[in-house]
Amino acid sequence: MRIKTLSRSSDEFTRERSQDLQRVFHNFDPSLRPMEKAVEYQRALKAAKLEKIFARPFIGAMDGHRDGVSCMAKNPNYLKGIFSASMDGDIRLWDISSRRTVCQFPGHQGAVRGLTASTDGNVLVSCGTDCTVRLWNVPRPTLEDSSVSSENIIKPSAEYVWKNAFWAVDHQFEGDLFATAGAQLDIWNHNRAQPVQSFQWGTDSVISVRFNPGEPDILATSASDRSITIYDLRMSSAARRIIMMTKTNSIAWNPMEPMNLTAANEDGNCYSFDGRKLDEAKCVHKDHVSAVMDIDFSPTGREFVTGSYDRSVRIFPYNGGHSREIYHTKRMQRVFCVKYSCDATYVISGSDDTNLRLWKAKASEQLGVILPREQKKHEYNEAVKNRYKHLPEVKRIVRHRHLPKPIYKALGVIRAVNDSKRRKEERRKAHSAPGTIVTKPLRQRRIIKEVE
Amino acid sequence: MELSSEDNNLTDKVLPPVEQESDVELETKVKKYLRGEGANLEVYNMHIALMIVAFRCEMQFLIMVSTCLLQTLEDKKLKTHLASREKLYGKSAKAAAKIEKWLLPAEAGYLETDGLEKTWRVKQTDIANEVDLLSSRNQYDIVLPDFGPYRLDFTASGRHMLAGGRKGHIALVDMMSMNLIKEIQVRETVRDVAFLHNEQFFAAAQKKYAYIYGRDGTELHCLKERGPVARLQFLKNHFLLASVNKSGQLHYQDVTYGGMVASIRTGKGRTDVMEVNPYNGVVALGHSGGTVTMWKPTSQAPLVQMQCHPGPVSSVAFHPNGHLMATSGKERKIKIWDLRKFEEIQTIHGFHAKTLSFSQKGLLAAGTGSFVQILGDSSGGSSHNYSRYMNHPMVKGYQIEKLMFRPYEDVIGIGHSMGWSSILIPGSGEPNFDSWVANPFETSKQRREKEVHMLLDKLPPETIMLDPSKIGAMRPSRRKEKPSRGEIEAEKEVAIEAAKSTELKNKTKGRNKPSKRTKKKKEMVENAKRTFPEQGHNTTLKKRRIGEDAAAELPTSLKRFARKN
Repeated sequence: MRIKTLSRSSDEFTRERSQDLQRVFHNFDPSLRPMEKAVEYQRALKAAKLEKIFARPFIGAMDGHRDGVSCMAKNPNYLKGIFSASMDGDIRLWDISSRRTVCQFPGHQGAVRGLTASTDGNVLVSCGTDCTVRLWNVPRPTLEDSSVSSENIIKPSAEYVWKNAFWAVDHQFEGDLFATAGAQLDIWNHNRAQPVQSFQWGTDSVISVRFNPGEPDILATSASDRSITIYDLRMSSAARRIIMMTKTNSIAWNPMEPMNLTAANEDGNCYSFDGRKLDEAKCVHKDHVSAVMDIDFSPTGREFVTGSYDRSVRIFPYNGGHSREIYHTKRMQRVFCVKYSCDATYVISGSDDTNLRLWKAKASEQLGVILPREQKKHEYNEAVKNRYKHLPEVKRIVRHRHLPKPIYKALGVIRAVNDSKRRKEERRKAHSAPGTIVTKPLRQRRIIKEVE
Repeated sequence: MELSSEDNNLTDKVLPPVEQESDVELETKVKKYLRGEGANLEVYNMHIALMIVAFRCEMQFLIMVSTCLLQTLEDKKLKTHLASREKLYGKSAKAAAKIEKWLLPAEAGYLETDGLEKTWRVKQTDIANEVDLLSSRNQYDIVLPDFGPYRLDFTASGRHMLAGGRKGHIALVDMMSMNLIKEIQVRETVRDVAFLHNEQFFAAAQKKYAYIYGRDGTELHCLKERGPVARLQFLKNHFLLASVNKSGQLHYQDVTYGGMVASIRTGKGRTDVMEVNPYNGVVALGHSGGTVTMWKPTSQAPLVQMQCHPGPVSSVAFHPNGHLMATSGKERKIKIWDLRKFEEIQTIHGFHAKTLSFSQKGLLAAGTGSFVQILGDSSGGSSHNYSRYMNHPMVKGYQIEKLMFRPYEDVIGIGHSMGWSSILIPGSGEPNFDSWVANPFETSKQRREKEVHMLLDKLPPETIMLDPSKIGAMRPSRRKEKPSRGEIEAEKEVAIEAAKSTELKNKTKGRNKPSKRTKKKKEMVENAKRTFPEQGHNTTLKKRRIGEDAAAELPTSLKRFARKN
């Protein structure tokens, strides 16, 4: 006869000294945890609610400009710095962490319309309606700088006067060229007072320009003749061009998939294109109810942020049709420029009310140092939420966003318009000979033609 | 343990028999942790895909699958997504199985005999000689002749025991240190006692009302709404205190905020047989008519009514995995039921059990009079064949009131008319506890933290249902699939054939004439035809309108009026 019974001496299962950690035992047997699916669902629901509770995206406003903020530029070499320029010709460098001006760059007579920093972060290029391009040497950030409250004044290192007012500027990645947009597209060198190259197509002015992050010689522009054009600096003329129904205010290249670009359009939508195949958009990002003024990609390439004339900032997934987040405050006016911070954690928006606003990219993210246990908990919550995201209760909580009344009303109007259009189309189709009326998908509908 | 596929092929031949055996063992464990079949992505069948996905409860896939409504799983994106998900499930199940095989600290207890020795001849005194001192301390009798019979309840971790004597004696005992934490005398009848979520609170069903007491014996609440309660049970995941009273009413009360969640008239008369299925939280009641009914708080009608015994049901018990139920009737039978099919698996004759209890490892204890019988699953869990495992005769004249296995220990507690006893049953308890589920060595800080987590994970009463794995899965569509015309035709043929081939009975008094017989047969065939709706009906309707084929002949201007399908 062999007998064994369970006997646990408490010495083996408890700690020896009070300084020791408590001993923890695991048994993953499913029968010890009854109703695990219900519990998991309950946790998903809790996680969704907690996400809502902790969603406080607004960190603070950066006050200082005396006119509407017209453009911003990231400092690629310094995480905490951001440049901003306003309609009265004021350019400032901000320290994001303390939300204070580090230094000012006075000189422009009219509105500054374009601002960009070189990839090494040493040179700042600005241009504006006063027909000048100014180059500035950016002060090197030092430890004392952030604590000094007195504002430094910087003088421009170069000032080039040209024939026409400028609308935008962008610096090349890995090179010393920059492009300005105005009556035509001009390519400049740091050291020359005149553009080294000029492109013109038609008579309409170019309103935005953006260099490709992958190929240093490729850039995309949009013009007020409603066109989007891709140029190759090695060629004498444009590479490809499409005309859309409404003009494009801004363009951003996806930094992780540099052949793709997203265009912020006047009709309130953003259109993602494959740069090699412009006749059809890859995805239409709908949600804004008014013109989208600016767009910037997250350095991860999975998301982009847009600022709109409807006084809201939205964050879209790069392949999703609708935004995942909307940011708005009562005091924020028309948003003219938005930037994703270089660590993909923050979003900065500049608006007509002379303020820069700092937002969290993930509204409910916990900032600061996170303990491993906390991190694990966040990951678990994310996982259960993801698992049950299609169940109606969880879906409702996760999807819901409070909208300001004007946007909510405008959405209703837009919906009614679209519905009536669709109905009309259906009826026309029903009463025409089969095949005479072809409905194009939205991805093609807003594109008029592709010009070679 | 990780081997590449080529290595696997080689080692298959070389593996010694012991390791092959362990591989089989590992596979059964992996199966346990997978909690069901995985999706077979190579099977191009919509229904199978639907079923599997429903099982896995991946709503997202389900919606996508059901919208594409194809016979094949053609969506490559979905397929790779599903495949990667399955791989992940497989990996985690394998990891869990390996942990169970190699890393769990303790092994289950056992009682093995050789030769002609039988396990049920082994007496408690024999066991006491063999086991260590710590275990033998678990064999004892507490004799309290004045207050019995006693009812018992253990906390989920098995650390604390609550004993309630009929004559008003309630005692809270720490089983590890054998300390009496608190005893109170309520000076009225106590019909049942039950712990709430931990040892800090317990409920007692007394003469007129049920009461909730704190650990130190102070009365916290008097639950007047329920009337004189006969049995109390606590649903841990839902924080519901379920009770059945003398007039056969079932009450569910949420102990977190005190609201009465449901009060249900069972309509079956008074009963004192009540048990909670730990797997799904469904409450089972045994009635004097021999039926067992199962209830959830959100419905006034029983979920299940089973006629289990011809006479009164004297006890009900549930296996911890929720698939087995044991019932005993006054007609001296114990029956084991499969709750997945609601079928009887086994009948054990000749033993009337006043109380039944399943242990964590699946042993079944039955007690009547002064005799305890332990039944074991001799088939090793595959076919559930219960046969006797151990016996324990108590002192003559003791009347057993309640048997309950102590969780995570090889011990059974016996509440009887002369106090309570505890005996050793090797192999009854789960050897490895999980600190996050139930920890016998819990500190007060851990207990407090656990309480908060339990409250955060509290389930709403709607989650009580017969199959809790359905939560998060998609409900199958209610619309029946229309049988195709061919199927209807075939069915009709079969029915007509059956009508034709029926043999008519011989009738008398002129009704058996051949003419009458043929007429009767014709009638039967007509009847058989009539049960199927006319198929030609639709086609005539169609022709009245301008049909689809007519559209081809129409001039272009009139085509718009052609009917489209």
